[in-house]
Amino acid sequence: MANSFAIQAFDQGDITVLALDGFLDAHTAPEFEEAIQKEITAGRHRIIVNCEKLSYISSAGLGVFMSFIEEIREAGGDIKICSVIPKVRQVFDILGFQSLFEIVDDVPQAVARFESASQGG
Amino acid sequence: MADFERRFRLDVPSSTENLAMIRDFVGKIAKQAGLAESDVTMLELAVDEACANVIEHAYGADETKEVVVRVRLDNDCIEIQIVDTGKGFDPGSVEQSDLKKLVEERRSGGLGMRLMKLVMDEVEYQMKPGERNELRMIKRLKKP
Repeated sequence: MANSFAIQAFDQGDITVLALDGFLDAHTAPEFEEAIQKEITAGRHRIIVNCEKLSYISSAGLGVFMSFIEEIREAGGDIKICSVIPKVRQVFDILGFQSLFEIVDDVPQAVARFESASQGG
Repeated sequence: MADFERRFRLDVPSSTENLAMIRDFVGKIAKQAGLAESDVTMLELAVDEACANVIEHAYGADETKEVVVRVRLDNDCIEIQIVDTGKGFDPGSVEQSDLKKLVEERRSGGLGMRLMKLVMDEVEYQMKPGERNELRMIKRLKKP
């Protein structure tokens, strides 16, 4: 049985949208880590993680968000999370992820948050 | 005492590739036991975390080793037992820092154990490093 997981990256101006699809666990987390590292290396620090098609997340996946967020915020960027299905949201909630990350309904809302942050200085 | 009991067992090579199979195995039993969808997900998560720890830490990704997952189901609970012969660890030494502190220190360690404790009713380790390490977790079934 394969752990199916895929990431698609889209640029929206200076924002990168990473769309996760499938199961994010200890087997597939390195792929997600690589995708975020690639954005940081390219100097792109405004990242939206679209979880619409993410069916499952374990601590290995959560750990990727946690290990990069300080570096990204120090560089003036952020990771915003959107379109989380209830099953995945449940895992974010029991760990209190909402106190660390902005979790919004969809990509346009996440983009708007980045834009309002820019306008606010 | 329980008048109904079923036992299941899955032995898999120690590879993260098999986590999906382990989740599926446990999830199907939990569904059969009548657990709510959200509880099934949480049970799968706890077992995934426990097995990922064994695969990555106890066995250090040595695929020649085996992870054993046993499930016992009765009228009152689902009991999961995960057995390995790896190097073991001291569960008391796993620091349970809060999320903000972990992020400040750019760490994410200990999250798996925290999740297990949050979603299961009982989590208990018995370690004999190199011989037999056993994790026992219990999820009580809600009475209607």
